Amino acid sequence: MAAEKKNTGWVGRLLAWGLVIGLLAVVAVQLRASQQGVMSRGEAAPAFSFTTFDGVEYGPADFQGKVVLVNFWASWCEPCELEAADLQTAWELYEGRGDVLFIGLDYVDTQAEALAYLEEWGITYPNGPDLGTDIYRAFRARGVPETFVINQMGEITFVKIGPFISLEEITQAIDLLLEN
Amino acid sequence: MIVNLGFGALLIAFILCIYGAAAAAYGARDGRDPWLASARSAMLLTFPLLTLAALSIIYALVTFDFQLDYVASVTSRSMPTYLRVTALWGGQAGSLLFWAWLMSAFASAVMLRDWRRDREFLPWVILVSLVTLGFFLALIIFFENPFARLWQGVTGTVFAGVWQPAGAIPYIPIDGNGLNPLLRHPGMIIHPPMLYLGFVSFVIPFAFAIAALITGRSDDRWIRLTRRWTLWAWLFLSLGLILGSRWAYDVIGWGGYWGWDPVEIAAFMPWLTGTACLHSVMIQEKRGLFKHWNMLLIILTYDLVIFGTFLTRSGVLSSVHAFAQSAIGPLFFVFIAATLLLSLYLLNRRWESLKAEGEMTSWLSREALFLVNNLLFIGILVVCFWGVVFPLITEASGAIGEWFPSLRGIFSGQRITVGPLFYERATGPLWAGLLLLMGIAPLSAWRASTARTLGRAIWKPFAISLLVLAGMLIGGLRSFGALLGLWLCAFVLLVTAYEFWRGMRARAARGENYFAALANLMARNRRRYGGYIIHIGVILIAIGIIGVEFFQTETQGQLAIGESLEIADYRMEYESLSEWNTNDNRLVDRAVVSVYKDGVFLRELYPRRDYYYESQQAMTIPGVRSTIEEDFYVLLVEWEEISASRATFKIYHSPLINWIWIGGLVFVVGNLIAAWPQAEAYDARLRRTAPAGARAEAG
Amino acid sequence: MRRLILALILGLLLGFLFGYTASAVLAQGEEPPAPSDNEVNAIAKNLYCPVCENVPLDVCPTQACIQWRAQIGDLLAQGYSEQAIYDYFVAQYGDSVLASPPARGLNWLIYVVPPVAVLLGAVLLYRRMTIWRQAEELAAPQATTSDYNQRVEDELEARR
Repeated sequence: MAAEKKNTGWVGRLLAWGLVIGLLAVVAVQLRASQQGVMSRGEAAPAFSFTTFDGVEYGPADFQGKVVLVNFWASWCEPCELEAADLQTAWELYEGRGDVLFIGLDYVDTQAEALAYLEEWGITYPNGPDLGTDIYRAFRARGVPETFVINQMGEITFVKIGPFISLEEITQAIDLLLEN
Repeated sequence: MIVNLGFGALLIAFILCIYGAAAAAYGARDGRDPWLASARSAMLLTFPLLTLAALSIIYALVTFDFQLDYVASVTSRSMPTYLRVTALWGGQAGSLLFWAWLMSAFASAVMLRDWRRDREFLPWVILVSLVTLGFFLALIIFFENPFARLWQGVTGTVFAGVWQPAGAIPYIPIDGNGLNPLLRHPGMIIHPPMLYLGFVSFVIPFAFAIAALITGRSDDRWIRLTRRWTLWAWLFLSLGLILGSRWAYDVIGWGGYWGWDPVEIAAFMPWLTGTACLHSVMIQEKRGLFKHWNMLLIILTYDLVIFGTFLTRSGVLSSVHAFAQSAIGPLFFVFIAATLLLSLYLLNRRWESLKAEGEMTSWLSREALFLVNNLLFIGILVVCFWGVVFPLITEASGAIGEWFPSLRGIFSGQRITVGPLFYERATGPLWAGLLLLMGIAPLSAWRASTARTLGRAIWKPFAISLLVLAGMLIGGLRSFGALLGLWLCAFVLLVTAYEFWRGMRARAARGENYFAALANLMARNRRRYGGYIIHIGVILIAIGIIGVEFFQTETQGQLAIGESLEIADYRMEYESLSEWNTNDNRLVDRAVVSVYKDGVFLRELYPRRDYYYESQQAMTIPGVRSTIEEDFYVLLVEWEEISASRATFKIYHSPLINWIWIGGLVFVVGNLIAAWPQAEAYDARLRRTAPAGARAEAG
Repeated sequence: MRRLILALILGLLLGFLFGYTASAVLAQGEEPPAPSDNEVNAIAKNLYCPVCENVPLDVCPTQACIQWRAQIGDLLAQGYSEQAIYDYFVAQYGDSVLASPPARGLNWLIYVVPPVAVLLGAVLLYRRMTIWRQAEELAAPQATTSDYNQRVEDELEARR
């Protein structure tokens, strides 16, 4: 087909090759992202801010120098109920210290049911919707419940996929950071 | 024990792949025939070895050998035997093995043909087949091994591994997880094998095309050798798609047959290029045109097959069909990139020698219309490919937004969804164009057609089809899309019938009766008339699709016992609901509803919800009353626990949907007529009686 | 001639039957007194919940989706318009909830590229055809129509 195309032929070929390689590159980038998996220990936690259900705003300044536990949950998520009471108990242990913060981020949920869930389990630490699932994606989370513990320097030191099985599991992850 | 034997066979098959590929490449030079013969034997040996490997996995599945990680993850004690056998392709590792086994079966079958006239192709066909097969076997052995066993380490953790680690003891779960309930459907037993058959059989034409490119043989020999293969590959792929649609209609519970899910599209894309290729190779056979194009199409088809397999298995996409995320994604990617770039390089290198032998003369000639047909198919492919890949681009583009915050508005990195509406709108006009071509192209002549000759051939069916259109208008149909679609369907049906009629009349004029004339006509030119029957099948499918797309209605409501819901001429009354446990670990909630049409009782239907305890998944199984003209389809959405005094139902009225399945049957019949191997024997007989000179030329 | 008339009548009948059944169906489905489930589903059809990708909200059986549908019902009851509901869901859960991506920013490309590609293909095809036809005309003088007809007829005969 290229016979009569002599002068324009190489442009066409270059374009065709460019297109093929460009598409391969996009798939490669996306493949790398999907292979990365959930954020892991040692990585710097992404900066994020959110507004709680009662309208209080939280941003990076509020997390500075604190041990922060970020818990992704949803009211439709049955396994989340397994850890709800333990998380609240743990929060009550640290609440007074001032250098530990628990944050609940409500993933793809409806507000009425979410509030009912918080009420049911008597949860008092700051909870708010993860608008646009932005924070969920920044942590590269893969489902709920998933929990990340961030140290005073803003590094992730503990990752829990699925619900905590016991209160000790939570306190251990946090105490480790407080002793230092 | 038997399992170890199977694993051993798998390892040997893999080694044979490496050896065979190397021996074939080395034996390609003249005078190294023993090496070539040895490579061929290696190829042939992979089949019994992989058969042994597959059988040993089936044996493990059937005998509940739960120490095998794969067996524990896809079966459970409560599953019936036939499902345990089909669990071979119910999970990642097993289905890869099944894929490889089919691949070796096809490649071995190719080895058994008479190669004396095409000796120069043989090494490269072996090489391409064995490299493809070897790639899959490497994935199986090193990453997704169905022979991996469960072990319990010193610390008590359970993990999977092929070999027993030091200090670990075998771990045998009491029961397995069971097969994904979505896959426990008769449609699912044959849908994946058909799809895989279609996939692997497209490897063969690709192997021949690459052989032609490497050897520099620029005639259409590779097409003549593979056209029947291509037809079979196409048949299996089409069957896989049709069965998949049927399965979606019966099991997924959305009232539809095709959801434009990325994984469905991944299987559909090689079908599009394959279909384009089936049409355009005819031009090369008749007229010596489009050699580059055919090569490109077959390369695309092969890589789209691998790409489809990659999309489902790499975790790049998530979907109802997707396997769990796994480590094999990058390997698939490298394989696709390598084969694609290498094939395109080869094509580029041979570009000049593949120049056209003939010219195109008329816009209305058959070859020109086929070219337009190809344009439309590739257009649909572009829509599909773009719809699947674009969300990846937007997400990947988030990186640009991070580097240049001022551009974040454009490169937000937001994930997006591309739903059915996009595909329907974008491909609709292209499908309509294809229907129109189906009506015109069969009546246009090769080489030279003018408006006058074409008009003379076409005016009768065209006039009648206009009458059909008028009839539909008088009947009160006003939807433009439906009118256009149904008119085109009528036109193509008439043209096709007219073609049969012309052929029959010509034979009848020589004194045959009409039935004999029809039979002889089809026997004499099976590809042509099989092709027409395929066209009829496609039109019937199109009628079904138009029926659903334009006339499907739905309604949903909560009913107390004795209340009813109405749609079209139908009324459905809620009678009762009962709940029970089955001995294969399901909780079944089944409603009984009575269906009336125009006030007359028709029958009871039983929409239900099955909850699988093992996998904690629920399946919504519709109740369907199906007739030629329409389906009444009811889903049980929700119900009040315990009392069951109220329940919510969703009902669909889908006119003409059954024509999709009827058309599918016609399609398959036509394809069988076109592809049945007997005609090859007929060719061979002709060839044997041909003079020596002609034979040399043909070779 | 008689055959032709017969065929004409048959065609008319066939078309009428088709049109009639189809339009009967249309008339039936046109405006049923809509229960609120249907209003909810009409909107849910165009939404996708990120938890169950590729399953439209109106047929998705998971708990999350049941809650979403209830939310649509609530918003409708509060007097939200259809568009306002879509906007609400986008604000809450991101662009990916929409069945068709909103045509802004980079997303324009998804709507532009396929038609441009097809047009480009058509232009290429046209140029190629023109070149081929010129080559043909140079090679051989235009045959007369009757020659064409003869060739067509020969070809037809050969195919039988």
